[in-house]
Amino acid sequence: MDTLKRRLLDFTIIFGLWLLLTWSLDWQGLIVGAILAVLIAFFLSGLLPEKAGRLFSPVRWFWALVHMALLSFWIIVANFDVLYRVVHPNLPIRPGIVKIKTTLKSDQAKAFLANSITLTPGTLTVDVIGDSLYVHWINVHERLEDTEAMTRDIAGRFESTLRRVFD
Amino acid sequence: MLTFLMLLIIGCFLCLFRVAMGPTPPDRAVAIDTIGIMVVGICAIFGIVTGQDFYLNVAIAWALLAFIGTLALAKYLEGRGFDE
Amino acid sequence: MNSGVVPYILISIGVFFDLVGAIGLLRLPDVYNRLQAATKCVTLGTCLILVGVLVHSGWNAMGIKALLAAVFVLWTSPTGSHALARGAHIAGVPLWERSVVDKYREDTGH
Repeated sequence: MDTLKRRLLDFTIIFGLWLLLTWSLDWQGLIVGAILAVLIAFFLSGLLPEKAGRLFSPVRWFWALVHMALLSFWIIVANFDVLYRVVHPNLPIRPGIVKIKTTLKSDQAKAFLANSITLTPGTLTVDVIGDSLYVHWINVHERLEDTEAMTRDIAGRFESTLRRVFD
Repeated sequence: MLTFLMLLIIGCFLCLFRVAMGPTPPDRAVAIDTIGIMVVGICAIFGIVTGQDFYLNVAIAWALLAFIGTLALAKYLEGRGFDE
Repeated sequence: MNSGVVPYILISIGVFFDLVGAIGLLRLPDVYNRLQAATKCVTLGTCLILVGVLVHSGWNAMGIKALLAAVFVLWTSPTGSHALARGAHIAGVPLWERSVVDKYREDTGH
């Protein structure tokens, strides 16, 4: 996708955000919004990554919706998990920082995987180095050296949908 | 609605205890970040109570500033060991 | 627009989880565990409050702004907590003494 098309897409996104935030079709507001959107889209370095053509793929959007549904479910589970651990008088936690390997390739996919891991039960991403994620886990299970099993437990829920969205 | 507002303010004060007690700088940073996100909820409920939609503008701006402040605090923590 | 009791239910669940996050912030032993409780509960709580505002006011200026704020909170809150956890670890905050393992220190030496 060439630069001009990407800039036009930037302009569309920024102007759409402006329309949503002001929520009026007053002509003065429209002109100010258009000028600002042109300034931001064409004189700054651009919002979207190289492969922005993926934004128009309905299959990817379908899998993004599937991912959102999955993520919502796990967020609710995570909240009840925290509720249980916080109100329990003995604090049933066994924390530690473990290392898992991801098979996702692109940076966006890794970023979304890290955010999803942070919002799911008992896990918090501390750092991403290359293809390994360091995850603070509130209830580490017994087999500490078994990276495969931990990867399956922590990241396995999201990798398949995220691979279909981003890779 | 006012009950919800009271409860959220109580939550903010609970976070302020953590800001006061510490014991390390990152603990205070976490508590401040949490207060920032709670204030977004307070602004939203204020919007319902008063019926004015500009409280939601305040909420969006507050969310942006809390995020950037959190990132700045995190970068600051990375730059220095706290036993110095 | 007034859609009955649904927004009140959403907002009360949201406030409840916000309070759970605040209590977790007070009770849990070290900064990483506190981040876990605070991030998860306060993100869901605030998003539910904002969705409640959307349901209460309908698709007008207020509702759209609440929806945008909810998306924004959902996007940035885990990023911020990740940055804080990394910053705390590099600054040298120790894990709780009953923690099991710290691969990050073993691998990077921070």
